[in-house]
Amino acid sequence: MTGTAIFAALAIWMTGWFINLRLANSALAQRRWVQLLVPAIFGLTLLVIWELLVRLLEVNAVILPPPSAIAVRFVHEGPRLWADFEQTIIKGALSGYIIGAIAAFGLAVLADRSDFLTRGILPVGGFMAALPIVGTAPIFVKWLGSDWQSKAAVVGVMVFFPILVNTVAGLRATTAMQRDLMRTYGAGYWPTLLKLRLPAAMPFIFNGLKIATTLALIGAIVAEFFGSPTVGMGFRISTSVGQLALDMVWAEIVVAAIAGSAFYGAMAWIEGRVTFWHPSQRK
Amino acid sequence: MLGRSGGLRLKSILPVLTVIGAILMIWVVAVVPMNMHLTADQAQRDGFAVTPDTPMARQDYSGLGLSLRNPSLVGLTYVQERPRLPSPHQVAVEMWKTIVMQRVTSKRSLVYHGWVTLSATLLGFAMGTTLGITLAVGIVYSRAMDMSVMPWAIASQTIPILALAPMIIVMLGAIGIHGLLPKSIISAYLSFFPVVVGMVKGLRSPDGMQLDLLRTYYASAAQGFWKLRLPASVPYLFASLKIGISASLVGAIVAELPTGARAGFGARMLVGDQYGQPLVTWAALFAAAITAAGLVGLFSLLERLTLRRMGMAGT
Repeated sequence: MTGTAIFAALAIWMTGWFINLRLANSALAQRRWVQLLVPAIFGLTLLVIWELLVRLLEVNAVILPPPSAIAVRFVHEGPRLWADFEQTIIKGALSGYIIGAIAAFGLAVLADRSDFLTRGILPVGGFMAALPIVGTAPIFVKWLGSDWQSKAAVVGVMVFFPILVNTVAGLRATTAMQRDLMRTYGAGYWPTLLKLRLPAAMPFIFNGLKIATTLALIGAIVAEFFGSPTVGMGFRISTSVGQLALDMVWAEIVVAAIAGSAFYGAMAWIEGRVTFWHPSQRK
Repeated sequence: MLGRSGGLRLKSILPVLTVIGAILMIWVVAVVPMNMHLTADQAQRDGFAVTPDTPMARQDYSGLGLSLRNPSLVGLTYVQERPRLPSPHQVAVEMWKTIVMQRVTSKRSLVYHGWVTLSATLLGFAMGTTLGITLAVGIVYSRAMDMSVMPWAIASQTIPILALAPMIIVMLGAIGIHGLLPKSIISAYLSFFPVVVGMVKGLRSPDGMQLDLLRTYYASAAQGFWKLRLPASVPYLFASLKIGISASLVGAIVAELPTGARAGFGARMLVGDQYGQPLVTWAALFAAAITAAGLVGLFSLLERLTLRRMGMAGT
């Protein structure tokens, strides 16, 4: 049985890989749909192998549920997953993300007026961004209670430093020549900021905003491990692990994956609209 | 370039100290209103006069309002045993007690807990880096792999993977794997991506001219890899390693949080939280921060030494 299973898995793997090899080395490889098709085939191959191995080797669902069971769970538990999504992503992650981003942006613009402060904030902020800030979650839960406010606070602090550092760095990104040009136009601080330096900083700011999307979700979910109302993705994951309902855990992870990709994708889309002039956006 | 960056660093010392000083100031000032309610309750039990004189009435005031009404209690807010916000000196004292004053083998020593987390971090980092470099070599040399794996590697990072931590640990526990490895896998997952992206960029960094030169030397593909692509990728590798090691540490700590680990920084944070000992949580948090700084600093040093030996210090 084991032999058949491994043989079947290998056969599927070879088939998928063969198709991808042919596609990638064919003349069609530059087409848009092929560039989407190749990773899709790769992902599908992995899913089929997963399903097959779990079924043929009779892996206990407590260890690894097959993808089909996860899909069934995902469809059946729709309302509950939606409630968890609302609690964790909308209330916790999104509000914290907005608060953190606005605070970081405001501080960056203020600090930018002084070269001295900028030189202090860049290394300190860069260092803080590398720290395991998510460890502050128990402290915030204690301060602000177990509802979404404490999650928003953790998320706010987590996203603050990457956005701060990127905005400060971005505001310094103009060249002396460009600033001189603004001066010859007789532009003061505000027109220079609004018309030259903020637009020039946008690629940097969006870099920070994109990094922060994943951090926001991580912060909101992990903070729920320390205390939450009886709803939320982190709460559901930790209780489902306790009940050995691993298909529910995987369903939550699917939700997290979709939310994370959509959040990142939305930021990348806005970035494309705002910084259309930047070389990295040219098609 | 090195000299100049050294000079730059000297010029930044004063601003950096100013910013750190400002953060400490805010912290010290915030201690008073944060702990005031607690202090007032305690002081009343000890027979001090407190206005207003019932805990119920005090709830109507903010921490700041209460502090203004009871200026005599301000000093006491800094010496609470279980403060909501400990003052910096309390955290420092707790760290001194648990790092220096304990034997490193003791369960109460932060060095012991630090080593537990650090060993998982390093193992995971080694796994993640190996996997990342292997994938990067594959991606650079195989078009099919580039097209199929790269989008998934990028997508994998938009997934809040730390949510997987409790499940991975249960899953591996069910097939009899405990201890270091489950934590390391989460560390490895978080650190492999920066390495993949950095190495792909690095291995592709030799330009057409350099590749052409090797072709005129009639160099084989293997020689091209060992003598051109790999050396050219080293600066990129180090940039990735510095990101990867701090991601690894975060992974190891978070892996300890939801799983009831008994040792490690994450476990200390959890213990402090559950048994109402905020100082333990704060000390673990700062010890983790110092560890992260030490690891990143170590790799910066290695980077500088390696690049200087390779004659690439200026790039």
